[in-house]
Amino acid sequence: MFDSLAQALEAADERGVSLGTLALEKEAQRGTRTHAEVVAGLQRALHVMRDARTRGLTGDVRSVSGLVGGDARKVATSQHGPLRGTLFSEALSGALAVQEVNAAMGVIVAAPTAGAAGVLPGVLLALADRSGASEEALVRALAAAGLVGAVIAQRASLSGAEGGCQAETGSAAAMAAAAGVELLAGSTAQADAAVGLAMQGTLGLVCDPVGGFVEVPCVFRNATAASIALAGIEMGMAGVRIPIPTDEIIDAMAEIGRTMDIRYRETAGGGLAATPTGRRLARGRLGPVRGG
Amino acid sequence: MVSLLDIIGPVMVGPSSSHTAGACRIGLLTRALCGDTPERALIELHGSFAKTGEGHGTDRALVGGLLGFEPDDGRLRDALALAEIAGMVVTFATVKLRDVHPNTARLTVERDGQKVVVVGSSLGGGRIAVCEIDGLPVDLSGEYPTLVIVAPDQPGTLAAITAELAADGVNVATVRVSRNRPGGVALHLYELDDPPEPQVVALLAELPAVRTVRLLERVS
Repeated sequence: MFDSLAQALEAADERGVSLGTLALEKEAQRGTRTHAEVVAGLQRALHVMRDARTRGLTGDVRSVSGLVGGDARKVATSQHGPLRGTLFSEALSGALAVQEVNAAMGVIVAAPTAGAAGVLPGVLLALADRSGASEEALVRALAAAGLVGAVIAQRASLSGAEGGCQAETGSAAAMAAAAGVELLAGSTAQADAAVGLAMQGTLGLVCDPVGGFVEVPCVFRNATAASIALAGIEMGMAGVRIPIPTDEIIDAMAEIGRTMDIRYRETAGGGLAATPTGRRLARGRLGPVRGG
Repeated sequence: MVSLLDIIGPVMVGPSSSHTAGACRIGLLTRALCGDTPERALIELHGSFAKTGEGHGTDRALVGGLLGFEPDDGRLRDALALAEIAGMVVTFATVKLRDVHPNTARLTVERDGQKVVVVGSSLGGGRIAVCEIDGLPVDLSGEYPTLVIVAPDQPGTLAAITAELAADGVNVATVRVSRNRPGGVALHLYELDDPPEPQVVALLAELPAVRTVRLLERVS
């Protein structure tokens, strides 16, 4: 799609359009799908995201191993936290909800991966609920997120096995930042800053799933990545600028991923997976399949 | 080049594109080679599939694929129970295969007295490769409509088949022929750009040199 975010931002500015609009036009120009087909695909993604969030917030969701589930509802109904009743809290519960559904073998949209599927819907749908955004605006926001994901795929990686969790939830946070700015009708400069600020906040994050399963800490890490995306959006919209260009931040993520020890790349050999409790949980809880 | 819908997608049943979506596709491709829902299936899990497969739902995803469920079908979670209802007898085992990807399964399926043995690997992101059919080495992605043709290993078979395809205007993307021994049984795989018309498959089946023809649809 684009080799760099700078190239995409320049193209958008030249045309006087947003990143999301540019992404939709570019995708149709590839020739494999018409504009209508791309929009229909993103509308379906939106629909699945909404369903997954609703299910995670209201249904009885338990992961296959039984280790995670039910926390989205706790956050959504809590009267105790300092963020209760805010958009921020809704983004956290939404991210947890979708990732809990993923861990429970429910239907989700990999965005960019299944293990990081909660971040984008968590942030985007919380913003949409507050702003009453139109379906078209949400589709454009998803397209902007997709463009950023495509640039990251091109320059770095979206796979935890290759680049650690920074490549999965980190990329998802950067994508959600672009989607958020698009939905808030921010400028391309604001989008650029939000993406860079979100991405820098997850640099170095390792992939250390207990027992190798997409459960602990993945479910919680989707929520913390959503908070980083919101921080990026808040700072970017306020005019905060990080002096390192976003493409170079993405390149730094690639460089860190390449040199990251194999223990921290989805192998369950280090980090939380290698803690005494992590090892015990992997042995005890994850043996037989529970539930049905 | 990456598409927006590759990044915002696919829509799938969790929790892992390689352990769940990929496993489901291996099941779907095996089902296609079998022709329909198998009566019996022996599923042997290798490597990471054997180690962490249950927690990732790999077992259910493979069975769901054999039942014809797509990777985004919510019924995958209940596939083991649904297999029982469908009358498919499933047995699981672990196995150590040589020189294969860590996420690999060997499926032995039977239907109407016919048996097919498929070794398939999940490569990540939901992409798969079938590396063995009935003991013969292959490399099948499922990303193209594919003609699977069994024929005796004898001169002229490849020419006869490609002549028929040429006459019907079918373009071949890749072709691979393997055999169990010289003069034995050969397995031809033709990956095509577009699905051929049904009559093309019928015409191929009528060729004297051809034993069986099966069209595998794209496993998307």
